[in-house]
Parts: sequence; structure tokens; C-alpha cells
Amino acid sequence: MRPTHHHPSPVARQRAAYRRRQTVRSVLVAAASTGVLGTLLVIAVTGAPGWHRVRQSFLDAGIARAALPEVAAGLWLNVRLLVFCALGALAVGLAVSLLRTLRGPVFFPVRALATGYTYTFRGLPLIIVLYVFTLGVPGLRLQGTPPVLVLGGLALVLVYGGYLAEVFRAGIESVHPSQLAAARSLGLTYRQTMRYVVLPQAIRRVAPPLLNDVVALQKDVGLVSLAGPIDAVRAAQIATAETFNYTPYIVAGVLFVLLAIPLIAVTDWVTLRAARRQAAR
Amino acid sequence: MTPPVLRCRALRKAYGGQVVLDNLDLDVAEHEVVALIGASGSGKSTLLRCVNLLEDLDDGTIHLDGDHITDPRVDPDLVRRRMGIVFQAYNLFPHLRVLDNITLAPIRVHRRPRAEAEAQARDLLARVGLAEKAEDYPDRLSGGQQQRVAIVRALVNSPRLLLLDEVTSALDPELVGEVLTMIRDLKAEGMTMVLATHEMGFAREVADRVCFLDGGRVLEEGPPERVLGEPTEPRTRQFLRRIVEAGRL
Ligand SMILES: Nc1ncnc2c1ncn2[C@@H]1O[C@H](COP(=O)(O)OP(=O)(O)OP(=O)(O)O)[C@@H](O)[C@H]1O
Ligand SMILES: [Mg+2]
Repeated sequence: MRPTHHHPSPVARQRAAYRRRQTVRSVLVAAASTGVLGTLLVIAVTGAPGWHRVRQSFLDAGIARAALPEVAAGLWLNVRLLVFCALGALAVGLAVSLLRTLRGPVFFPVRALATGYTYTFRGLPLIIVLYVFTLGVPGLRLQGTPPVLVLGGLALVLVYGGYLAEVFRAGIESVHPSQLAAARSLGLTYRQTMRYVVLPQAIRRVAPPLLNDVVALQKDVGLVSLAGPIDAVRAAQIATAETFNYTPYIVAGVLFVLLAIPLIAVTDWVTLRAARRQAAR
Repeated sequence: MTPPVLRCRALRKAYGGQVVLDNLDLDVAEHEVVALIGASGSGKSTLLRCVNLLEDLDDGTIHLDGDHITDPRVDPDLVRRRMGIVFQAYNLFPHLRVLDNITLAPIRVHRRPRAEAEAQARDLLARVGLAEKAEDYPDRLSGGQQQRVAIVRALVNSPRLLLLDEVTSALDPELVGEVLTMIRDLKAEGMTMVLATHEMGFAREVADRVCFLDGGRVLEEGPPERVLGEPTEPRTRQFLRRIVEAGRL
């Protein structure tokens, strides 16, 4: 790069000064309108006739402190489940979407199976799959049946794998056929073409919706508590039953949001980056 | 006697009911440059794609260096490694840097060491004046630069035969020159090429032989001065007259 010694003209300096004034102005306006709206909200809520009762049963600091360890312990289960189920569902989704792209009569059964899987598990309510896996499968009394937690995780992986498979497939189909032709013309095999040309482009394109589904999964992993394991929401429920106070739910809710913030932030960032890239074209 | 690099016999290809190639014959000798001309839709691209085995033929045979490559027992991936093809729309891989676009096949297909493949790629890029673009992504390059990268990418396999499909028609006029220079240099080095083109001036200059495609076959062929200067077939004359009217001769 050649260093440039550029002295801005008076017009450019005026323009810059004007822009600075405008920026200061908009920050002030934003701060003022936020303050007014916040004040109005606080007045409306705290002035409501039932505010005192609600504050007692939902926002009790002492109960919140007491419930926190249990709820946090439950949340740790959510986190572990989320990590394993997200990885599992991404792997299943990718594998199934790839199986669905295979051409030729040899692969008909594989293709049919993969298609049947996505149809079935996208149609089935998660609760039903969870019950079948956590209550039905142990009922068989087979040797070596994994613990309920693993079975519940498996149910989540299968259901979310079905959704993610469709997201991956949309990505794969969005890569233009001319890219395949270019890769094949270089002598790359079908597999190499998928691995080095199609999938990298496809995954980049569908990263935002994939992450969005992971955020949704985070809220659904707690459903395994229907079968016994104690997650954050279930821990809050137990604490609520003991104290006849709903504050533990609020604690769980806050923890969930805190947990989701980084994930959502990453999703937003990836989406923004994808949009920029699209715009650059 | 050595066989021609490319020998096409009685090629037939139809899309639905529309016959695009109809009993087409074409031979290309070593170091020969053949230009395919013809109206839009006359099957130039289809012929090149069939030769590269990107399309299945309905009938006919293609031999490369005497090997029957349209034999169903032949692995198309192995055949394609012996040819290069460049498309009108460049078709570079947008997620890979220029350097990685070029070294993908050498590293993954030919299993060559990365350092060696990259050295060769940089060398080729330098020869076409694109050395400093190696680390850039394709969308940062101009059309002419992208097309030259695409040609380098096709050359890195050391192909016996290079197929070029209207490699200049997506380019602004001032960018055409740099791509044509590159093809001229390739001819000087003895590369065997088949190129589809709408640029009659270029066909005249670079081709040893011009083939006029019409009705799914080679209707008229010969040295450029003869086919473009004094065509014998009425259809060829009509085609060239339209080209002249469009100001492209
Ligand atoms: N995949 C396809 N499916 C159906 N028809 C096709 C397909 N590819 C090409 N065709 C048809 O085959 C005919 C020949 O097309 P082709 O692209 O080979 O022509 P071309 O000579 O290269 O034309 P141009 O000069 O415009 O590039 C056209 O009528 C086209 O519509
Ligand atoms: Mg064409």
C-alpha cells in the first residue's frame, strides 16, 4: 500500500462535522425515548392493583437465593444434554441429507429410508417420541438398555436430526449445478465434490437456520424431565411445590435466557456475515 | 501412425424430443486448435460437455488418444483427469482462494504434496500476471482475471486436450484481450484445443481449422480463411452474413 497524504478539503471537514453532530443528536434522542418508555412501564406495572401479590409470589429474593443451587444443578443437565443432542442431531441431519442426494438404483433403499425418516420424525410430536423412548423402550426389559437420560437424548437427536436434515438438504440444493460440473471436470469424484466443493458452500449458507434450530433445541432438552431426570424447569417446579411461591420459575427463566444469549449472539453474527457476503456479490 | 487426440464418431444427443447432436463426426490431431462456430443453440456447448463426459451420449463413440472413453466400463473420473474444460461463466469455487481453486485437483485427485502443487500454481499464475492474486477470493477479481484463473485451474492437470466454451463472451471488451493472449500463448506451446466461440476474428487468428455446426453436425469445415472467407454451404454463408451485420467479424 502506498501511504497517502491527503488533506481533507473544507467541504469534507464540514461534512464530517455535520455527521458527528447528527450522531450525538441521535444518541441523545434514543436515550431520552428509552428513559420515558421505561418509566411509563414501571409506573404501569407497579401501580397495578395486584402488583404487591405478584411481587410476593414471583419475585421473592430470599426464595430465589434458596432455589438457585437446585435450579442451577438442573441447568447443568440442560447444558450437557444440549451439547450432546446438538452434536448428535447435526451429525444425523448431515448424514441423512447426504444419503438423500445419492442417485442410482443401488441406493434406492437407502434413499427411501432417509426420506421416510425425515417425514416421520418431522411429523411426530416430540413428546410422543420422548415417551416411546423413555417409557416404552425400557419396558422391553432388554439386556443393556441405556439409562433413561440417554434414551431421552436419543429421542431429541432423532427429532431434531429430521429438521436439520432438511436444512442441510436445502443448502446442498442451493449450490448451483455448474459448481458440480466444474468440480467433476477437474476429475474429482462424487465424494470429493461433495466434501470439498458442495458442502463447504452449503453449510456456510445454512449456518443461520441451523443455529436457530439449536437455540430451539436448547428449550426442548428440558422435556426429558418428563421421564424423571431433573432439569432446571423441573427443579424449579419442585422448589415451587415446597414453598408455594413461583419465584424459582423466574430464576430458571433468567438462567435460560443467560444461557441462550451467547448462542443467539453467535447466530446473529453468522447471519449478518452471511448477509454481507451475499451483498458483496 | 498415432491416433488423433480426439476422435468423435456418429455422436447423437437429444434433450426430450429435440435432437442437438445428430450423427456428428469430429477429429482433432495433436497440437491442433479447432474452433467450433455456429448459431446459438447449435450444440457447441453440448458437444464439449459430451466430450468431457459431463453429459451422457445417446449414441456414437468418443476416443481420447485412441482409448474408447464412452465405453460404459470406463471410469469417467479417470478420463476427465486427462482433459481440461473452461466454462463461459468461469465456475470458480467462491469459497476457496484463487490458489486453492487451482491446487484442489492436484492435491485431492493426483495426491501431490501441497507445497509442490502450490509452487506450480504460483508459477502458472505468475506467467499470466496474477501472482499477487493468489491469496484473494474469486469475487475480488475482475471477470477477465477470474477467467484466466479458470484456465490456469484447467491447465494444472497437464491435460492432453483443453476444451474452451466461449471463454470470452461474459467479459467486457477491454478484458477479452488478456484472455485471448493467454490462449495464443497456449497454442504456441502446442496445446491441443477445441474452442467454441462467437468471435470470428479470434477463430481466424488462433484456429487451425474452423468447424461450422448446423443441424446437429459439422456442416462445413476447413482452414479459417476458407470457411470464414469463402464458405461453400448456403447455411454457413447465411450465418456469417448475420455475424457481419451484428458487427462481430
Ligand atoms: N440440460 C439441458 N436440457 C434440455 N435442453 C438442453 C440442455 N442443455 C442444452 N439444451 C438445448 O440444447 C440445444 C443446444 O444447446 P447448446 O448449449 O449446446 O448450444 P450452443 O451452441 O452452445 O449455444 P450458445 O452459442 O448459445 O452457447 C439448445 O437448444 C438448448 O436449449
Ligand atoms: Mg454454449
